[in-house]
Amino acid sequence: MSATAGAISLTSRFTTGLLNRPVWFLSLVLLLCFWVAAWAGAVPVTTDDWLVLWRHDEPLTSGAYVLWNLRLPRILFAALVGAVLGLSGALTQGLFRNPLADPGLLGVTSGAACAAALTIVVLAGSGIDIPVAWRFWILPLAAFAGAVGVCLLLDTVARWLTADSIAGLLLTGIALNALAAAIIGLCTYLATDEQLRSLTFWTLGSLAGGSWPLVGTLLVLLLAAIWYVRRLVSAMNALALGEAAAAHVGINVRHLRRRVIILVALLCGFSVAWCGVIGFIGLVAPHIVRLVIGPDQRRLVPLAMLVGAIILLVADTTARIVAIPAEIPVGIFTALLGAPFFLALLTSVRKGG
Amino acid sequence: MSFVNMSQDNLETTPARRHFLLQASALAASVCLPHSMAWAADKKSARRIVSIGGALTEIIYALGASQELAGVDTTSLYPEAATKLPSVGYARTLSSEGILALAPNHVIATEDAGPPAVLRQINAAGVPVTILAANDKFEGVLERVTRLGTLIDRPMQAAQLVEKMKADWQRAREPILARKSPAPRVLFILSHSPGQVMVGGKGSSAEAMLHYVGAQNAVQGFDGFKPLTPEAVIAAQPDVVLFTDQGLSIVGGVDGVLKLPGVAQTPAGQKRRVASLEAMFMLGFGPRMPQAVTALDNALLKVMST
Repeated sequence: MSATAGAISLTSRFTTGLLNRPVWFLSLVLLLCFWVAAWAGAVPVTTDDWLVLWRHDEPLTSGAYVLWNLRLPRILFAALVGAVLGLSGALTQGLFRNPLADPGLLGVTSGAACAAALTIVVLAGSGIDIPVAWRFWILPLAAFAGAVGVCLLLDTVARWLTADSIAGLLLTGIALNALAAAIIGLCTYLATDEQLRSLTFWTLGSLAGGSWPLVGTLLVLLLAAIWYVRRLVSAMNALALGEAAAAHVGINVRHLRRRVIILVALLCGFSVAWCGVIGFIGLVAPHIVRLVIGPDQRRLVPLAMLVGAIILLVADTTARIVAIPAEIPVGIFTALLGAPFFLALLTSVRKGG
Repeated sequence: MSFVNMSQDNLETTPARRHFLLQASALAASVCLPHSMAWAADKKSARRIVSIGGALTEIIYALGASQELAGVDTTSLYPEAATKLPSVGYARTLSSEGILALAPNHVIATEDAGPPAVLRQINAAGVPVTILAANDKFEGVLERVTRLGTLIDRPMQAAQLVEKMKADWQRAREPILARKSPAPRVLFILSHSPGQVMVGGKGSSAEAMLHYVGAQNAVQGFDGFKPLTPEAVIAAQPDVVLFTDQGLSIVGGVDGVLKLPGVAQTPAGQKRRVASLEAMFMLGFGPRMPQAVTALDNALLKVMST
């Protein structure tokens, strides 16, 4: 299945029925996942714990505390990060017109990982005394700056080297990713045993940091992005026909490319900075949607967000509950649950023609 | 042409709108929550400790406070009974909810514990988290025992344990200090998988132990643990190759060691001088440190005599 296959569908908005309106169906699934995720966990939660908001005078039970301060922000954060990854994946694949593209190709992941590695190894090794209050913030801030910085650098360098060619962007992206990987490798070599473990577990990804302020910030970012993407998706459909064809129907490919890159850099950079590397979703969520409804970006983008949110929420909930009271890195489950599902979908679609 | 506008259908049903309703209410609600308040842990009831770090668990057992342990991490392998306690997983991937579910009123951890966000969450829930930094020195271990004794209200037992450890230490170190024979050059190899073989360099925990048994670390060119390179091994010319038991079985016993690149070209390889000790015993830096020094010394003497 390729992003370039199929023409732009102009009739999709008129289709009816549950399966033809997958947005409703997936939203329902997502709500169901929220419901299950909110009840599942190491600390048992009762109905009273849900109602605690209306009676704040009494001391909180453990269930209520965990539910409102840890579990709810975390599952909402997981769904939001999943949606962000799905959205970024759909946009990147649309931009590159390449089914193998994922946000990592734009340097988001390697930029963040590179900055994180430099922070963990070089900054900690340099002996600069960082105030205790800042220590917690410095790694996510550096990772975010690294993600956005590398993305913008990539766009600038690619433009400079290969004019406005998107194939050039792809190749420059590969080169820049390799360069970042080399820097990470160097940091790994220089790291002490303890720094090495910090680095490894940072790259594994975790949603444990989810809190209400993060949920709020990401929600605002995502809403703003959706508002913005709304006007880009049709142009991206035109881009699927090729850069020249898109230019002929009046699309400014250069502006479109810049906008998509900035959007992906900000959204993905934020989630990578707080959660570490969560792979697979950005690549596969858009594919799952495309298998079912085709490549029309207008329908693909919202559905990819929903599918991303569902996969990450299910994976994170599984990671939380299979080894109570321990927790398993979420990256293991995104692939473990998502890949077989994707393969099953692939075979059924191929068989069904 | 619909190049300009997204279809109405999609606009209405974008997931974020759905999220928004849910989250706006939850967000508004959370503001009303007493954040600093907390966990309904009853401070007066029996102490429940979650210990994160094998050495800390060992000390807690040695202080006779094992019945107060509510949970341990995956490195808490000694004594055997500790492995029967609820496991909160690997120290770096802790789960705040999982730990809170054990209803602890104190979390004691090494500085390895993380992720930092989880430790903050546990602290914010009203369960104090104490970090006891590790140290490769014997004095550091004694200090840890004393601090832990104060933390869990067993200063007497801690003082006794420190006295006993000091006496054991004296006994363990005496023969080593009295010995006149030249210090053997030892290469410490750490192996988690056959393809991942690391060597302990300057300042590594293995070097600290080698120093205490009067042996010399054969590798001096770099700090910490680094991947093994054949040339470096040959250049180091070790008299003995030292492993953890786990690492030795991973590389395939003594025959496997000789197949490691470069090892066969060293005195250790030519005379099959390979020693090994259990990892947490040798490098745990816990209450068994004096015994570990004696055991390591004996192991080295045994292979050197062949």
